[in-house]
Amino acid sequence: MPNMSLKKQEMPSQAPEVRNRNFQEVALGYTEEQAVEEAQRCLNCKNKPCTGGCPVQIDIPAFIQEVANRNFEAAYKVIARTSSLPAVCGRVCPQETQCEAKCVRGIKGEPVAIGRLERFVADWHNEHSKEAMKKPASNGHKAAIIGSGPSGLTCAGDLAKMGYEVTVFEALHLAGGVLVYGIPEFRLPKAIVQKEIEGLKNLGVKIETNMVIGKVLSIDELLEQGFEAVFIGSGAGLPRFMGIPGENLKGVYSANEFLTRVNLMKAYRDGSATPIQHAKRVAVVGGGNVAMDAARCAKRLGAEEVYIVYRRSEEELPARAEEVEHAKEEGIIFKLLNNPTRILGDENGLVTQMECLEMELGEPDASGRRRPVEKAGSEFLLDVDCVIMAIGTSPNPLIKSTTQGLETQKWGGIIADENGLTSRTAVYAGGDAVTGAATVILAMGAGKTAAKAIDDYIRSK
Amino acid sequence: MYRIVKKQVLNPTVTLMEIEAPLIAKKAEPGQFIILRVEEQGERIPLTVADFDRAKGTVTIIFQIVGATTEKLNRLEEGESLQDFVGPLGTPSQVEGLKKVAVVGGGVGCAIAYPIAKKLCQQGTEVHTIAGFRNKDLVILEEQFRAVSQKLKIMTDDGSYGEKGLVTNALQALLDEGNQYDEVIAIGPLVMMKFVVELTKKYGVKTVVSMNPIMIDGTGMCGGCRLTVGGKTKFACVDGPDFDGFEVDFEEAIARSSLYRPFERQAHEEACRLFQQEVR
Ligand SMILES: Cc1cc2nc3c(=O)[nH]c(=O)nc-3n(C[C@H](O)[C@H](O)[C@H](O)COP(=O)(O)OP(=O)(O)OC[C@H]3O[C@@H](n4cnc5c(N)ncnc54)[C@H](O)[C@@H]3O)c2cc1C
Ligand code: FES
Repeated sequence: MPNMSLKKQEMPSQAPEVRNRNFQEVALGYTEEQAVEEAQRCLNCKNKPCTGGCPVQIDIPAFIQEVANRNFEAAYKVIARTSSLPAVCGRVCPQETQCEAKCVRGIKGEPVAIGRLERFVADWHNEHSKEAMKKPASNGHKAAIIGSGPSGLTCAGDLAKMGYEVTVFEALHLAGGVLVYGIPEFRLPKAIVQKEIEGLKNLGVKIETNMVIGKVLSIDELLEQGFEAVFIGSGAGLPRFMGIPGENLKGVYSANEFLTRVNLMKAYRDGSATPIQHAKRVAVVGGGNVAMDAARCAKRLGAEEVYIVYRRSEEELPARAEEVEHAKEEGIIFKLLNNPTRILGDENGLVTQMECLEMELGEPDASGRRRPVEKAGSEFLLDVDCVIMAIGTSPNPLIKSTTQGLETQKWGGIIADENGLTSRTAVYAGGDAVTGAATVILAMGAGKTAAKAIDDYIRSK
Repeated sequence: MYRIVKKQVLNPTVTLMEIEAPLIAKKAEPGQFIILRVEEQGERIPLTVADFDRAKGTVTIIFQIVGATTEKLNRLEEGESLQDFVGPLGTPSQVEGLKKVAVVGGGVGCAIAYPIAKKLCQQGTEVHTIAGFRNKDLVILEEQFRAVSQKLKIMTDDGSYGEKGLVTNALQALLDEGNQYDEVIAIGPLVMMKFVVELTKKYGVKTVVSMNPIMIDGTGMCGGCRLTVGGKTKFACVDGPDFDGFEVDFEEAIARSSLYRPFERQAHEEACRLFQQEVR
């Protein structure tokens, strides 16, 4: 008999007023008892609507049944059939618009907490499983991966499991992409990413850091060196600015810079060699996950007041629902339907204020969301000493500009077909580099698809 | 790891190191830079490629000891290694077709100016070099510059070596003598470059400056290195480091460069204090 509770098991978490002062993980994870109870809420629907909502088609009812029967390792095996980063995805996927949105239990009450169960299963496996992956016998073929974010790591892992000799080239000094430089420790502990990367190394994947492809080596040189195929998973790392007056004042950051200083360079730790401004009043412009992460980091660095300034309304906030909720609990102030018009500074060039305009929602625009329109004469000033721009990123033009014949969209996205093949033979691409800033799960899925296509291509040569 | 194959103290505050980095040595061009980390948990700092030897597979860097990181870097000896060394980053200096050029270097900026002067000389350009320093003890690369310049003027603030005065005095003198330069290339402290540009504007001589703002990644990912050029925001690490000096907003660049000064001073003092404890 299923558990008919309308509510999902609550996630044990650090209290908001404690956690907004530290960088440790916010959500602590289900206990075994909680996981089993939550799993029992699943009706095990025959048509599996949840699986249809999952970008990598995890057999969700099957893994949840294993959890309900306390076969946690078996549950892990089900997930691992189609997903390679469950400990990550369980933490950062927008489940409320994917699998959980399709859950029948969500029609009346809360959907089954699929994401939390996925996380539980992955963490259980990481803690209990002693099975170390071994390097499979080599098939003698070499493949190169550019970028070590979720798309690159997944493509590398899948190819390595098929016997390919895989080398990952990463521009930064540390592998992991956005998982290490963007998403903060309190949401995704870096030890988890590290563990995934260690796993890949055990599979024989070589990771070469400090390699900016397009500068130190070009894609053509990689192909000449004997790599038979290349996968581009270079992400969408180029920050956008608004182009308003005052954006180059001291105290204005792109979210990428701010988060990189905090996460990759560990500027929050005492004794870190990388400086960071400990601002008192911070405005973060934007409404996505990146904006929430920047705001919550600023709070943790000691800011008294942190605002999210977003030009649409609560409903349109693109961030995961859980992040918005957590941010609110931690005391982040939401200034919705507000748009910055300029940033003001003092005689030393330091930010002192940001001018905003109030907005209202008009007719739907191309994205289907109601277009924000300015309310004339509604200007007001916000006292701030730091402004963080989190209004989006686009793919870096470096690879395109150094690879002849590689076609891209006008906005910079690499053009690839449904298998990830680009306009160049033997060159594949996926993740944010193709789609523009999206999600971990989509990047991972693209890496998987490309790995399969690369294997087909090399075998058929 | 990237091994230090040579270390040479150029003056009390400036050190030269030759680093083993064959892939970078193969690709590096004058005007480009590298980013390094001395140790795990260290800061990422950009340094210009001062020279490279493609055959030996080495890249030369020259740095002034100004903060905690350069302090630590300077404590490494030949045979030891750097944690990270990435490059070559940025756009190479565009010097093709130039017939006659004045190269103006200020302090450690001379380290950046030197490979450009060398390349100009190799392609047959007439090079006039003006190198400015605070005093005699701080003079670097004099012999190297002499070997690649038709004219070399060393200037010191206090007159303890070469001529007394600023680089702008020497440049103005050369211009007044009737030298017609295709281009002036000025590399040094922001204030120096600003004054050089003010001067050359009057004479209408195209001037290229090399900007060296705060950077993290050096690939266009953080925007920390941004500056305003011709009214537009540019990223020094990818669009530069060379820019048209007439277009650069120096006031803004000077303001932005001071953001972390208090932090750096504290970190520097801390590093010195730890060092003294170590040697004691
Ligand atoms: C702060 C933040 C929070 C986010 N939160 C979420 C979330 O909660 N849920 C979610 O699903 N998604 C989230 N995302 C989005 C998600 O992280 C990305 O969609 C995903 O990481 C994209 O993966 P990727 O492999 O395409 O690229 P990336 O993760 O961007 O990795 C690209 C890698 O390639 C490297 N690279 C780039 N150019 C080169 C080159 N020329 N040579 C060598 N290496 C290169 C980069 O250094 C980087 O390491 C967030 C993003 C950010 C920035
Ligand atoms: S250093 Fe980060 S964008 Fe230039």
